Amino acid sequence: MTSGFWDTALNVALILAQSLALLSALLVFIAYILLADRKVWAAVQLRRGPNVVGPWGLLQSFADLLKFVLKEPVVPDSANKGVFLLAPLVTCFLALAAWAVIPVADGWAIADINVGILYVFAISSLGVYGVIMGGWASNSKYPFLGALRSAAQMVSYEVSIGFVIITVLLVVGSLNLSDIVKAQDTVLGAFGWYWLWLFPMFVVFFISALAETNRPPFDLPEAESELVAGFMTEYASTPYLLFMLGEYVAIMTMCALTTILFLGGWLSPIPFPPFTWIPGVFWFVGKMTLVFFMFAMVKAFVPRYRYDQLMRLGWKVFLPISLAMVVIVAAVLQITGWAGQGVG
Amino acid sequence: MTLPDIFFYIFASVMTAAAFMVISSKNPVHSVLFLILAFVNAAGLFILMGAEFLAMILVVVYVGAVAVLFMFVTMMLDVDFAELRDGFLQYLPVGVLIGLIMLTELVLVVGAWATSGKLPKTMPKAPIPTDVTNAQALGRVLYTEHVLLFQAAGLVLLTAMVGAIVLTMRERRAGVKRQNIADQVARGPATAIDVVKVPTGQGISG
Repeated sequence: MTSGFWDTALNVALILAQSLALLSALLVFIAYILLADRKVWAAVQLRRGPNVVGPWGLLQSFADLLKFVLKEPVVPDSANKGVFLLAPLVTCFLALAAWAVIPVADGWAIADINVGILYVFAISSLGVYGVIMGGWASNSKYPFLGALRSAAQMVSYEVSIGFVIITVLLVVGSLNLSDIVKAQDTVLGAFGWYWLWLFPMFVVFFISALAETNRPPFDLPEAESELVAGFMTEYASTPYLLFMLGEYVAIMTMCALTTILFLGGWLSPIPFPPFTWIPGVFWFVGKMTLVFFMFAMVKAFVPRYRYDQLMRLGWKVFLPISLAMVVIVAAVLQITGWAGQGVG
Repeated sequence: MTLPDIFFYIFASVMTAAAFMVISSKNPVHSVLFLILAFVNAAGLFILMGAEFLAMILVVVYVGAVAVLFMFVTMMLDVDFAELRDGFLQYLPVGVLIGLIMLTELVLVVGAWATSGKLPKTMPKAPIPTDVTNAQALGRVLYTEHVLLFQAAGLVLLTAMVGAIVLTMRERRAGVKRQNIADQVARGPATAIDVVKVPTGQGISG
């Protein structure tokens, strides 16, 4: 009994240590991703971007962190205080929780569960609560409008993301994230990954990911020209920081998911030595950064969508396309007899 | 007490408390938030029972979609709390009556089950397949043995969807300008631009 207890305690301690390591790595990575986002945006607009704090502005994100934490948190008088402060925490915790199952290299997931993809999907679909709670609890017009928009937007685009995931699952035959990556491990290398074989789905997923994470050009919940700052209008200092952090973690989750579903996860694009000697985590982070670069470029040069156009795109364009692709892929798999040959 | 036991008690007690708060909290939005908490804890209980697929679907469907719409509606409701409290006494007798009927029925059912010697005291446990994952195990029975029921459920949902669309569809008023995406995309320099040589001092007529 005692040895069982110590085994359990050891396991829990190990998981805690892994989580802490992943968390700190992720947060430092996000600090630089944030800087990269601003730098890319600036470069497109022929500006320099942040370049004062540290060499080339490398410490800008940390200066911002200090600034946010040291400011006074302001809670509006008429706000629903409990929900108001809970909202940013919910956003941030849920976004971070999704990383528990993401395999950054072969076997490098904190929890390699069988329903990994569903878990990430479920957690990312909960992200909408932070926004709605924040918008409602602020007890103010613009945040409320932002919250309503975001609820409709995120629920709409989840539908097409769900169908994209189903298409990939049909091909792989497993809901495990590591199995999805392993199924893409062929002699074709980068051309065996699903971005090529399921190209329409790759495009639909990328655009839906933008909408799901409220990234420009779909940042309607916080459209500053119409809603001041949307659901974040009444937030300041650390609660605001948590909202922004949660948003960027969710973006990284979507980048990681794109990498796993379509870009072969930790696999090397050229499946021969010496490229396969490079540890998988480098490939994974490299691909994630590439996807994020596309996110940043879209933010820099696509103007914001109008709300009705956003809804039209989600329901009248993406939904039929992804639904048709599910049927087509299932039919092709059934006719050719490739179905069920996945690793699952 | 093993670790799963501890987790069971945590999930179960939080879920019960949240379910109680759903009906007792005064603010309807808080009620929905507690409902969500109850759903999430129910998903935790499912995981403890080894039904991880069901747990994830519960979170995706109920928490991620249904509860969002609940919240959407309750947030926009203009609830007058004073009026609600006035109505409380008026509906109290009916509520008490329904509660009493349900309590009597429950006592009868449980009493019959407890006193009768024939009925089994413990329910047989559903077998958990060890060779395949949850999702595959469900798929094996859902699309083979129960395919008719599955299709029927799909048809019911389709009917509900068509009904909702019919109810909300409005007649298109004449004279309202609408955006036609195809027309806009089809516009090119040939159809949208007119290059005119303007003679000095005359301007263009028309």
